[in-house]
Amino acid sequence: MIAIVDYGAGNVNSVKNALDHLGVQSVIVTTPEELLKAKRIILPGVGAFGFMMDKLREKGLETPIKNAITAGTPLLGICVGIQVLFEESEENPGVRGLGIFRGKVLKFRKGKVPQIGWNRVHPPKEGIFMEGYAYFVNSYYVVPTNKKIIAATTDYHGKFASAVQSGNVTAVQFHLEKSGDFGLETLRRWLSC
Amino acid sequence: MALMLTKRIIPCLDVKDGRVVKGRKFVDFKDAGDPVELARMYNEQGADELSFLDITASFEKRKIVIDLVRKVAKEVFIPFSVGGGISSVEMVKELINAGAEKVSIGTAAVRNPSMVEQAARECGSQAVVVSIDAKRKGNGWTVWIEGGKKDTGKDALAFAQEMEQLGAGEILLNSIDKDGTKGGFDIELTRRCSEVLNIPVIASGGAGTLADFEEVLTSGKADAALAASLFHFSTFTIADVKKYLRENSVEVRL
Repeated sequence: MIAIVDYGAGNVNSVKNALDHLGVQSVIVTTPEELLKAKRIILPGVGAFGFMMDKLREKGLETPIKNAITAGTPLLGICVGIQVLFEESEENPGVRGLGIFRGKVLKFRKGKVPQIGWNRVHPPKEGIFMEGYAYFVNSYYVVPTNKKIIAATTDYHGKFASAVQSGNVTAVQFHLEKSGDFGLETLRRWLSC
Repeated sequence: MALMLTKRIIPCLDVKDGRVVKGRKFVDFKDAGDPVELARMYNEQGADELSFLDITASFEKRKIVIDLVRKVAKEVFIPFSVGGGISSVEMVKELINAGAEKVSIGTAAVRNPSMVEQAARECGSQAVVVSIDAKRKGNGWTVWIEGGKKDTGKDALAFAQEMEQLGAGEILLNSIDKDGTKGGFDIELTRRCSEVLNIPVIASGGAGTLADFEEVLTSGKADAALAASLFHFSTFTIADVKKYLRENSVEVRL
């Protein structure tokens, strides 16, 4: 079973719709008990870094997510769901992230903010990620301490990490559930890795 | 090149009672289609986003629109916005939860600006597009409401800035003077608006030729361009526009 984590913000149905379209069963989960049963976990995120972390903690989801990662369950973070995997964000100084990866989340200093639209994703080597265009909506971007986890980069007035991957944890800054065929194919590849 | 974010081409689908229609100067409707089929077709042509403008006036409006959003969200995996008579934060939330990426707020943003602020706070700025119908008056432009029937007297550029401050994520800027004319976008309006804002501007109204798109996305400094009847009646496909733009060095997703 694939669990889509719903911590009480925004639309998680779009991720479910994409999985349905691929013919893959999924369940929207809101409790630690349901999460424990997951074979794969998708962590979508919208809104602020601090808001998402507060909600995950309030609902008792932080520890089960970390435990699942330690146990080797494949996890896919989307949008703010990539950001909370890091230690901290300029958006809400003082709020601790999940800290799965070392590094922080910074705000774009140039151009219109947020970045809204389709931008190019360049993976250093093809795997889950392909060269193509994805739909982004973000004011912040992750800066991993360990550059080896960067699975794709994108240029918005400078290069940033648009996807990271290490072991069973994969995460993307773009909305793969809104990125047309490119997004669906990326999702399909994640499901089969 | 430092900036690779592409310019977006957005077909607008006017919907009434769950069906797609298209008006010229806000009147005279011609029926032409099923929204889900059209959405799928535009996605296949390479549309970067879809914009639904709902003009249903019945008591069933809410239910009809939400049903439409649900159906589209199950079939088409690109962002789409919904607008037309959205007047409460509850409605914004319902549409987002039903699968719309964005909701565009027009008349209600003028009458009740705090609604924009609340919607942005609760759903995020990315979900809130403020739709401005602007018409030239003297040296500037004023904001019109109620489907282009009433002049508010508010300066369009100042109003757009106010909306940005309240948390709007994008401005959908429609020129009433150009709408339906196929005489080209209002370049000056679009450029001036884009220059005073730090959020994206979607230009709307007046597209007639391929060169019109290029002009508004370069000289007009628009981040995206929207058109309805051109695409709807297949004067051009989205792919034609994008190919033309790429040939003319405008970065697009192809």
